[in-house]
Amino acid sequence: MRVALVQAPIDVSAMLAEVSTASSGATTLFLGTVRDVNDARAVDGIEYSAYEAMARRELETIAREAEAQFGTPHIVVEHRIGFLALTDISIAIAVSHARRSPAMDAARYVIEEVKKRVPIWKREHYADGAREWVDPTRGHAEVRR
Amino acid sequence: MATVRVLLFASYAEALGTSSLEIEVGAEPRVRDVLASVRARAGATQLPPSPLVAINERYARLDDPVGERDEVAIIPPVAGG
Repeated sequence: MRVALVQAPIDVSAMLAEVSTASSGATTLFLGTVRDVNDARAVDGIEYSAYEAMARRELETIAREAEAQFGTPHIVVEHRIGFLALTDISIAIAVSHARRSPAMDAARYVIEEVKKRVPIWKREHYADGAREWVDPTRGHAEVRR
Repeated sequence: MATVRVLLFASYAEALGTSSLEIEVGAEPRVRDVLASVRARAGATQLPPSPLVAINERYARLDDPVGERDEVAIIPPVAGG
């Protein structure tokens, strides 16, 4: 199991290699990517920031929970921080397991818990020059130009 | 009186114009007391009634005690992934 916050682009091949074992019959790779529209507004990119020490701690807690719940230590999670352009990977979760169901369920568990608990924030940059903090609990927090 | 360091992030840091505050609180402060002091600062009207709070990198409750050396963080709604 390994988790990390990274500034550089995520190396998905390296993560897949890291969870690859002879006893694994299934590997799941989940990627979160920056898309070009949100709430019908054209998006240019997203700036991610974090309470880094706590974010690492929470990511590790989540990965350990997945490890215990789905029975595999072969879990790697990387979340990228900084400015990301369209199509860039913001989060990658790689899991391998002897069986496909727990491999898929573990990846799903990790991304859902990340969205609930890990102190990471994003500010969307829109094509019209506006910047806005994303608040999943009530839409969007504020607009700045 | 005790001095507690409070960290602010993202939209909350922007609202209060800083990423950290030194807050004066009374004896045996709780999370709710720290929040009340933060609310007295300019820009704090944008904080919701019960924001998420962490003490030393762990989520805390409003009635949890806060020590002088503790790092208190007010956590905006998370949006990772």
